[in-house]
Amino acid sequence: MMQNKQAEILVGLFVAAGLAALFMLAMKVSNLGDLADQQGYQVTANFQNIGGLKVRSPVSMAGVRVGRVANIKLDPNTYDAVVTLNIYSQYDTIPLDSSASIFTAGLLGEQYIGLEAGADDFYLADGDEIMLTQPAVVLEQIIGQFLYSQAEGN
Amino acid sequence: MMTIRRLGRWGLSTMERLGRASLLLGQVLVGTPALFLRFSLVVQQLFYVGVLSVLIIVISGLFVGMVLGLQGYNTLVDFGAEESLGVLVSLSLVRELGPVVSALLFAGRAGSALTAEVGLMKSTEQLSGMEMMAVDPVRRVIAPRFLAGVVSMPLLAAIFSAVGVLGAFLVGHGLLGVDDGAFWSQMQAKTDWYDDVLNGVIKSIVFGFVVTWIALFEGYDAVPTSEGVGRATTRTVVHSAFAILGLDFVLTALMFGE
Repeated sequence: MMQNKQAEILVGLFVAAGLAALFMLAMKVSNLGDLADQQGYQVTANFQNIGGLKVRSPVSMAGVRVGRVANIKLDPNTYDAVVTLNIYSQYDTIPLDSSASIFTAGLLGEQYIGLEAGADDFYLADGDEIMLTQPAVVLEQIIGQFLYSQAEGN
Repeated sequence: MMTIRRLGRWGLSTMERLGRASLLLGQVLVGTPALFLRFSLVVQQLFYVGVLSVLIIVISGLFVGMVLGLQGYNTLVDFGAEESLGVLVSLSLVRELGPVVSALLFAGRAGSALTAEVGLMKSTEQLSGMEMMAVDPVRRVIAPRFLAGVVSMPLLAAIFSAVGVLGAFLVGHGLLGVDDGAFWSQMQAKTDWYDDVLNGVIKSIVFGFVVTWIALFEGYDAVPTSEGVGRATTRTVVHSAFAILGLDFVLTALMFGE
């Protein structure tokens, strides 16, 4: 009977350790830890080219992460990329005429959206659209342009 | 002519064993829901299958993580990207090494023990004795062990990955001086809970299912002599290893192939 009890306690400890390990993987290793602050409002922005931007890429303003990319789709009429941004609700004072650009972290790092504040008295709210956008800088295009201009002798 | 005959016999016997294994699996799956009424049987098996495997899993996980940290650092430092050590370690552990290595260790530690135990029960006619007393040995002996194996494997793999990450952190931060903030933040930025961690868990559930199935079938199907049990135990480890590595390729292609 005593032996049985001991085995049960050890099994309990084992299951608890396994769940604790999963919890650690969730909170400390993967990005689930910051899913909690997902609540926010959604705005859209149209880009000519989004390069390597992905869903869940960061949206930052002055280097501070203020949200994440929630959805990316193609506009069938204008052939622009329509990017939905989920901006955290504590950042609710972003001017309506702010501009969005796609930047690359470092030279070859992942791409993210950088917001630059405008001067409007009204703030972005759920369902709004950011009108001023700048497409991603595609490295191959720049190299291509550079080579082309070299060939022309400029 | 002889070769063809031998080949045919081998093919037929393989198919026959596969059929028997599938039938056993079917009986086990039918018998599993009844176990929730007698859960103490499963708890007992969780002790033998799971708890007794924890030590080897923790120690291996720690050392695998430490080696990953060391080797990863040596490679990344050439590119000035040693801050990415966290990502390298977490993705390789959570996606691949955690489920695969812990399943291989599980097959060696718990799988072989299951085969030997069931095989010995068969050779000492305990299983037929149960049948005589109208106790279904599949439900009484095989099903609790099967459920315990399927439950333990993902927990063991999670422990392996978590301990491995800690081991890599110990080496990376403590020994090699990688910035701890960068280590964790890069890891969190690039490791996705659904795409990486949960897929690893699914993998380990599949591995646990297959390894326990192989181990129990080999024991149940063993020739009831000491030599037969010994061979069955060896076969468990060999077949489990093949199954794990083969399935890993298939599962990786399914999960991470774009």
